[in-house]
Amino acid sequence: MADAVTNTDDVKFQDREIPDETVGDVYVDNARMTARDVSVYYADKLAVDNVTLDIGYSEVIAFVGPSGCGKSTLLRCFNRMNDTIDICRMEGVIEIDGDDVFDPNIDVVSLRARVGMVFQKPNPFPKSIFDNIAYGPRIHGLAKDSIELDEIVERSLDRAGLWGEVKDRLDQPGTSLSGGQQQRLCIARAIAVGPDVILMDEPCSALDPIATAKVEELIYELREQYSIVIVTHSMQQAARVSDRTAYFHLGKLVEVGETKQIFTNPVHRLTEDYITGRFG
Amino acid sequence: MTDVNTGGALTPEETAVRVAATLKRRGRSERRFRYLGVGAVSLTLCFLVFLFTGILSKGIPGMFQHYVTLEVVLDKERMDPKGDMSAASLYSGDAVGLVGEALSSVLGSPEGRKARRAARSILSSGSAARLTEFALKHPELIGQRVSVKFAVDDDIDSFMRGFISRDTPESDRRINDRTIEYVELLNRANLISYEFSDYLFTGSASRNAEIAGIKGALVGSIWTLSVCLLIAFPLGVATAVYLEEIAPKNRMTEIIEININNLAAVPSVVFGIMGLAIFIIAFGLPRSIPLVGGIVLALMTLPTIIISSRAAIRAVPPSIRDAALGIGASKMQTILHHVIPPAMPGMLTGTIIGMAQALGETAPLLMIGMVAFIVDVPGSVTEPATALPVQIFMWADFAERMFIQKTSAAIIVLLAFLITMNAGAIILRKKLERRWL
Ligand SMILES: Nc1ncnc2c1ncn2[C@@H]1O[C@H](COP(=O)(O)OP(=O)(O)OP(=O)(O)O)[C@@H](O)[C@H]1O
Ligand SMILES: [Mg+2]
Repeated sequence: MADAVTNTDDVKFQDREIPDETVGDVYVDNARMTARDVSVYYADKLAVDNVTLDIGYSEVIAFVGPSGCGKSTLLRCFNRMNDTIDICRMEGVIEIDGDDVFDPNIDVVSLRARVGMVFQKPNPFPKSIFDNIAYGPRIHGLAKDSIELDEIVERSLDRAGLWGEVKDRLDQPGTSLSGGQQQRLCIARAIAVGPDVILMDEPCSALDPIATAKVEELIYELREQYSIVIVTHSMQQAARVSDRTAYFHLGKLVEVGETKQIFTNPVHRLTEDYITGRFG
Repeated sequence: MTDVNTGGALTPEETAVRVAATLKRRGRSERRFRYLGVGAVSLTLCFLVFLFTGILSKGIPGMFQHYVTLEVVLDKERMDPKGDMSAASLYSGDAVGLVGEALSSVLGSPEGRKARRAARSILSSGSAARLTEFALKHPELIGQRVSVKFAVDDDIDSFMRGFISRDTPESDRRINDRTIEYVELLNRANLISYEFSDYLFTGSASRNAEIAGIKGALVGSIWTLSVCLLIAFPLGVATAVYLEEIAPKNRMTEIIEININNLAAVPSVVFGIMGLAIFIIAFGLPRSIPLVGGIVLALMTLPTIIISSRAAIRAVPPSIRDAALGIGASKMQTILHHVIPPAMPGMLTGTIIGMAQALGETAPLLMIGMVAFIVDVPGSVTEPATALPVQIFMWADFAERMFIQKTSAAIIVLLAFLITMNAGAIILRKKLERRWL
């Protein structure tokens, strides 16, 4: 505990103690979403412990960390998906473009239109490919007429790199696609409502390497237009697609920084252990 | 067996021997289980065959009956005394006389009171009404000679089927020698035919077995079931959706859930007593009407619908809900667009099972008075009616042979009704499933 060996000029943390303060810079200059002192409890169990973090414009930030460290829980705070869990309770403030996400005046429906989500398992609706994409724009009234709706569907599928593969079978069920195609369909579905932020919870864990590569390529392209938060267990994936990486441990945000720096020169001992595979 | 000390582990040979020994035992128990299963299924099939042959062998003959074809002159004066061809006029006409004369002419004009009575007893007492209805339907044939089929009396029918033997002494049988003589006369003249009973589906309740039919009861059942469906389905689905998707999971909902399950186990008579106490005594609704019957049956089928609907809703993968919520669908939109549609086939199955129960239910209907002798076909849910199972129950109580047969015939109709409902449910389910998955 107190006998921590502190290097004087090197800031490397030699012990494996979870730090009180996150190592690295949690703030960015132009933040799209900000989380301040966010703690999440399931009943009495603390799952996310006092996390402060910014998500910038046009960046991909990867959440990594051992299983059960609260990555998904924090991710689901950004679009209030945790609302659906009765026992889940959140403290702290999350803002999007300066608006408090938990403000009673903000409708959760409009929040989720701005902060889209892609889940671990591809979950297309049991409807046609077209209806899968068109559903969001329809409920949000984004298209004035069917021509506009057709355009939105085509553009979204095109952005997700799926248009060429499905343009002749738009009326077939979304569930008839392969796993990788289904996941890209889900990304297209999220894009179709025109979000600012896309949250992805282990989007490639159910996919084979080729499908994974395609999704990663897609994430890389989407970065220009959206802020993307991706939870992943694959260090290579985090290294390939993300600009910044955040390392979580037992609910705490231990370290955050430029992906390159985190992977080549992590500051905290826990981060180093994890990314070099000595842990978890 | 050499004692190789392997530190407690078995040598491969020993393992093989032991596994072989258990294999035999396992194979035996598997075979035994299979025989048991096959036995149980065959026993069930036996009962089914037994049941169906019983019902069909009695019920199919019950769908047929004997008719006498007579040539009747539709005398204008006597058929239509008022001369305006109205129903009132025709029903006040002398159809009885015309039928009687037509019969007596083929029987060689019987003389004497006894002979005439014997002749009269051959035809059903519904014969005059039959002629009147014929005239109403074909007003253009008035004044002409027409040939009409009249049902024979149920005792004559029994005789024709051989249930009444000529060898029993005259005083012990329901028809006398002279009547038999006349029947044989008609039979020799080829005037008696054995045909599908048109009274079965077009006739209503009657004390005369040969003209009794299930039309009134069938229509009563349809009214009752319609009320039941209209109340139970929306209410059941709404309750299930509320409990599964909206209500917080706490003690209150737990208590409600337990009570719904208990309700499913309450004997149906209790629902009848409750219906009597609430709707008839407290609310003052009339007795014997399909409206009350439908409400009572709806209360009875509600638990079935709720339980199966909840199961169907629970079977919808949570990932679909997440997907909908994740792109900003409201709770209500998620339920309406993504939970109810895939759950619909399951909900419908539960509803059909509930409706089938309701269709066969007798006891609660007896309690609210849908057991009355009602001749008119009910025209709405507020007119007195009986239901098919109640009609069967009432007929089964009658001693006449023909009623027993008609009871079986009505049971066949009830079963056909059920099978049609189930088939409809399956088709509907297949259609919906194909659309959504
Ligand atoms: N619905 C829930 N109810 C109760 N506890 C939960 C629930 N969801 C998560 N938890 C708990 O919260 C903690 C954080 O879970 P979370 O799912 O956020 O972890 P994670 O980092 O996403 O893990 P993984 O990498 O395995 O997905 C865990 O200890 C977990 O047991
Ligand atoms: Mg997770």
